[in-house]
Amino acid sequence: MVLGLRILSRAVGELRPLLVHGPTRGFSASASEPLHVCVVGSGPAGFYTAEKMLKGHEGAQVDIIDRLPTPFGLVRSGVAPDHPETKIVVNQFSRVAANDRCSFFGNVTLGRDISLPELRKTYHVVVLAYGAESDRSLGIPGEDLKRIHSAREFVWWYNGHPDMCDLSPDFRNTESAVVLGQGNVALDVARILLRCKTELATTDISDYALDALRGSTIRKVYLVGRRGPVQAACTAKELREILGLKNVRVCIKEADLVTSPADEEEIRNSRIQRRVYELLSKAASAHKDNNYKDQKELHFVFFRRPTRFITSENGSKVGAVQLEKTALKGDEVTGKQVAVGTGKFEELKCGLVLKSIGYKSLPVQGLPFDKTRGVVPNLRGRVLSCESETATVETGLYVVGWLKRGPTGIVATNLHCAEETVEDLKNSPNSYTVSVIMVASILEDDKKGVLRPPSNSEKHGRPGLLEILEQKNVRFVPFSGWEKIDSKEKMAGQPRNKPREKITTWDGLLEAANV
Amino acid sequence: MLSRISRIGARLLREAKAETRAGHLISSQGSLYQRHVNRHSAPVVTPVLSLRNVLFSTATSGGPDESSQEKISVTFVNKDGSEKTISVPVGMSMLEAAHENDIELEGACEGSLACSTCHVIVMDVNYYNKLEDPTDEENDMLDLAFGLTETSRLGCQVIAKPELDGLRLALPAATRNFAVDGYVPKPH
Repeated sequence: MVLGLRILSRAVGELRPLLVHGPTRGFSASASEPLHVCVVGSGPAGFYTAEKMLKGHEGAQVDIIDRLPTPFGLVRSGVAPDHPETKIVVNQFSRVAANDRCSFFGNVTLGRDISLPELRKTYHVVVLAYGAESDRSLGIPGEDLKRIHSAREFVWWYNGHPDMCDLSPDFRNTESAVVLGQGNVALDVARILLRCKTELATTDISDYALDALRGSTIRKVYLVGRRGPVQAACTAKELREILGLKNVRVCIKEADLVTSPADEEEIRNSRIQRRVYELLSKAASAHKDNNYKDQKELHFVFFRRPTRFITSENGSKVGAVQLEKTALKGDEVTGKQVAVGTGKFEELKCGLVLKSIGYKSLPVQGLPFDKTRGVVPNLRGRVLSCESETATVETGLYVVGWLKRGPTGIVATNLHCAEETVEDLKNSPNSYTVSVIMVASILEDDKKGVLRPPSNSEKHGRPGLLEILEQKNVRFVPFSGWEKIDSKEKMAGQPRNKPREKITTWDGLLEAANV
Repeated sequence: MLSRISRIGARLLREAKAETRAGHLISSQGSLYQRHVNRHSAPVVTPVLSLRNVLFSTATSGGPDESSQEKISVTFVNKDGSEKTISVPVGMSMLEAAHENDIELEGACEGSLACSTCHVIVMDVNYYNKLEDPTDEENDMLDLAFGLTETSRLGCQVIAKPELDGLRLALPAATRNFAVDGYVPKPH
């Protein structure tokens, strides 16, 4: 009798995989056991991923972890304080966080509080959306002089990121600042330096940054780009805004606006480049005759690349940037126009340099990483074991956002991605689209049954995470903790007519979250 | 110029009506209500119900023109090709109309012209020509829209007016490559 039962149960056990692979597998898998998903990083890529997962899979339980006590990533620490409309998206993200199947765990650092293998053991799906928290470097002499900062550091500083509240950039002893780069981040930092401080006073800029900027003596900001106005990396919205700043004279050399046949080809092929070029041309002629004494100046410096930082007379601070004139040349491989040096140099005097030449992602232990491009090798968001053609897919591990595509907004074009709609994405490299593609990959993989093999039911999801955090004595900040920070900040902002007064230290944030 | 002013006026009105969080509550209650009722009644009654739905929300917000709500019919064509026809009160944006009717149109910046997620494609060029030209600000955002076409607009900037009755709007097929399992798109 007992033997008979044992045989029967063994037979059922052997049958089970067959059943699971049968036509009803999708239903039985999603109905019985939830799909445990962990998203690392709570910026736009992370929250869009969570939202699409919850919508696309009724059995998905999504936990979002973030190393900061506050959610929303760059919406909080990257988007400029004078762009409140761009931050409205947090309403949508907060509704995602309020979903019963979604939880937020702030103050939890991947690689320190919890390792990647631990996460993969706990969750069926791990999505890395932690972005790019480091900077590319120019690799030229003098880069570590004082008063040279990366744009990321400067942006984090004025946005009250707790890791950068001690930066204290010096705006007092100079009248010129050089911004290296002409992308939207470069335009953001230039605008913050030039914008009238009473306009900034009613934004959510950190209080120390507003104080420091009020004492600024900077009158001239130079935006330096290696290529010409046709290739400027900014978008029309940001450019239109800075060109229209009150009391700022825009200086663009007319000779720089002359276009070559290759430039005209680029303008024809790209709506965005055409519109940016038109704005610059218009600004050049509109500002030509204006010259008021008390005006600040914004100089667009095209066809120049930095080659060396020169110290000021009294020592360790930057006093000038040496620039080499460049010319455009068609690249034989990509067909793109690239800047090449001409051997002619000049110096641009300045007392502050902000490098806005791109962010860089950082690897974590156990994650395949392409060091040269600063991205994770992936196929539609599925992490690959290496970059070679023999790469295998890392089951259950996905990557999205800047970490996936690199922070320059251009989708990585590795061999595996040949079929991805790279061209489409180039024009629209936003977190939303990238998230949609990656979540489609996850749903596809779950349908195939690779994420929840019947033999393995060891993955507990949230309770597993909580156990690990408790073992390691990590005080995580739940979404309700962030809501406490949020209301405290809003209250503190009220008397000063600011949307919020950001809490800018780790201790302050943890205390406000009451954990 | 005049139309520009009236558009701004309409937006101000809508903003006043929506008053941030309260607005969300009202519209989400409205659509929940509608979903609830739809589930329990025959489809024939739907137009009446959607009228009630609109009356419900205007009554709550106390806006003007409560009795003279003129409506037009608008069809949204989803990413998978399925269609949904809704009636939209004159003066309402396509973004709001989509959200009140559970149509999956993103609206990250809630109509403040700071994103391009409510990108829609007007399917008939004759209807496209009935719209006022996009402003520079709208064009700046359209620059960044996924899968931009000649008749692309932002849903938040297309405001219902009588001439637009019968308008058909397609949602850009961001996921078109995975609509069919195993389908491999041609390289560009």
